[in-house]
Amino acid sequence: MRPEVALPVLLPLLSGALSLLFWRSRPVQRFIAVAGNVALLLVSVWLFVAVLADGYITMQMGSWPAPFGITLIADMLSAVMILMTGIIGLAMGIYSLATTGRGHEKFGYYPLMHLLLAGVAGAFLTGDIFNLYVWFEVMLVASFALLILGGERAQMEGAIKYVTLNLLASVIFLTAVGLLYGTVGTLNMADIALRMDEAEHSGMVEVLAVMFMVAFGIKAAAFPLFFWLPASYHTPPVAVSALFAGLLTKVGVYSLFRVFTLIFDQTMGYLQDIMLWGAVLTMVTGVLGAAAQYEFRRILSFHIVSQIGYMILGLALYTPLAIAGGVFAIVHNIIVKTNLFLISGITHRLQGTYQLKKMGGLYRERPWLAVAFFISAFSLAGIPPLSGFFAKFVLVRAGLEAEAYVATGFALAVGLMTLYSMVKIWNDVFWKALPEENKVPASQTSVGDDGRLLKPSLWMMYTPVAVLAMMSLLIGVFAEAIMQVMMLIGDQLMSPSGYIEAVLGGSASAEDALLDRGELQAEIIGDRAEGAP
Amino acid sequence: MEPLMALAIGLLYAAAIFMMLRRSIVKLVIGLLLLSNAANLLIFTTAGMTRGAPPLIPEGMLQPLGEVADPLPQAVVLTAIVIAFGVLAFAVVLIRRAYEIVKADDLDKMKDTDT
Repeated sequence: MRPEVALPVLLPLLSGALSLLFWRSRPVQRFIAVAGNVALLLVSVWLFVAVLADGYITMQMGSWPAPFGITLIADMLSAVMILMTGIIGLAMGIYSLATTGRGHEKFGYYPLMHLLLAGVAGAFLTGDIFNLYVWFEVMLVASFALLILGGERAQMEGAIKYVTLNLLASVIFLTAVGLLYGTVGTLNMADIALRMDEAEHSGMVEVLAVMFMVAFGIKAAAFPLFFWLPASYHTPPVAVSALFAGLLTKVGVYSLFRVFTLIFDQTMGYLQDIMLWGAVLTMVTGVLGAAAQYEFRRILSFHIVSQIGYMILGLALYTPLAIAGGVFAIVHNIIVKTNLFLISGITHRLQGTYQLKKMGGLYRERPWLAVAFFISAFSLAGIPPLSGFFAKFVLVRAGLEAEAYVATGFALAVGLMTLYSMVKIWNDVFWKALPEENKVPASQTSVGDDGRLLKPSLWMMYTPVAVLAMMSLLIGVFAEAIMQVMMLIGDQLMSPSGYIEAVLGGSASAEDALLDRGELQAEIIGDRAEGAP
Repeated sequence: MEPLMALAIGLLYAAAIFMMLRRSIVKLVIGLLLLSNAANLLIFTTAGMTRGAPPLIPEGMLQPLGEVADPLPQAVVLTAIVIAFGVLAFAVVLIRRAYEIVKADDLDKMKDTDT
């Protein structure tokens, strides 16, 4: 019994349920938003430390032995992703207090935020492929509702694209799960991996691999499936944008990493080229899209797409070092991208617009905010000694070792283009003087997203920004230690036998009676499989 | 039975994709509905269809006699139906709100956020 595996899912669910109970009480919901997310962060640190000590932690839900029940499993990758969820969850909990308008709070902003975190955590921890689908849907439904809170025209238009394409991806995913069950007769991912190795290599496996690639590719916003993202991410309240930017697409990337290292490791050679060029095109189209934009959040949205390319590049190169680099890119990107969105929220609060042309002069007004932006933006572009540099450095080295010179060249060139976009924001928002016609008294601009005046509680916005900027800096300084964790992830993912053993072998401990029952069921199912045509 | 089901599922997928490619948002949601139903039927069929053999173990025995239907896909389909129902309810509300705000049942009029 290892409670730390289940708690990252249970705690946000509990916080969400409590928030729902106190539907009418705004202060209580706000308190739960912070307290619940502090608890989530503590539990995620606990899980991380435990996984660092033990390697794998599994829990069989309801004590049903492994291939029959639902398994929760945390390997190093899951633990790192959960840790990032905890960090971003707390940052958003605090930031939301200052930026969420009363109208949004009244219509369930906080319960939805908790449910979203629960869905994300569940997706990271589950060891069952259908359960992964369920957690995706939990996450999606919460994100749908968050996306349209406020109900402005742009939000509706963005939401229709977001909802349609994500539902389409879900159905492709579900179809693939159904066909996979028809092929191997199990839903437990470790068991699927085992039987996939034994099964004769038929065309069905390739079809399934491509279906999973497309389904998760849409969710991860990879080329050419990313169009829903820049059309919708800049429309909701800024705290929602930041939460989506930090976590949602990364769940898609995580699923790609999980499925293609565990289940389809045999088919990878066939898909490697597609994925590699998909990654390159994702990087390039994202960064070029950003170059054409002059709206703060829209530039950042396109950069999410571009950065997803780096992560998928790590998977496509398919060596332990490249996987480590890809996961490093995920970790770095979650922190930095969330922080940039948070900063865009503060500048919006200060100047009342997201249009770069209408902004300016913030370097003189708020030098520390400028420093925080400078750190995050340059980290995104990959300037040493910040976190982005090391992520890119590892990826480039892995690319050179794998002799993928063209892709590596593109990765470096896209870094320069990223720098161009970031410098554009820096010049327009912080460096140039505020355009004359836009000079407004600062007191009139402190308006929430629903247009009501809020108390100038800027420290709630500054604290998460400062902490996240500091983390990006610290990841750069302690890159060695973090790289060791990443290499552990790379080794674990590239040799899935440890994962399979942790899921299927670990269940024999205290449940001998149940195990007998399990063997019996295995026999029955075996008989049935023989009997079936 | 399986070939018939396969045909029905294929038709459902085709109809769903045809509907989703129309410009009307109402037809878009009908397409989504058909698509999720097609996926549900597919899961139901992939495990093989067994008639008149519920997965029950007779009293005093440790395993069922002979071949029985696989209960797992049915449990999975049940979950998937509930999820699809919830999500579609949301989608219907969403298109109603979108129709009220944009005042058009036309996806081509909803391109403001694209560029």
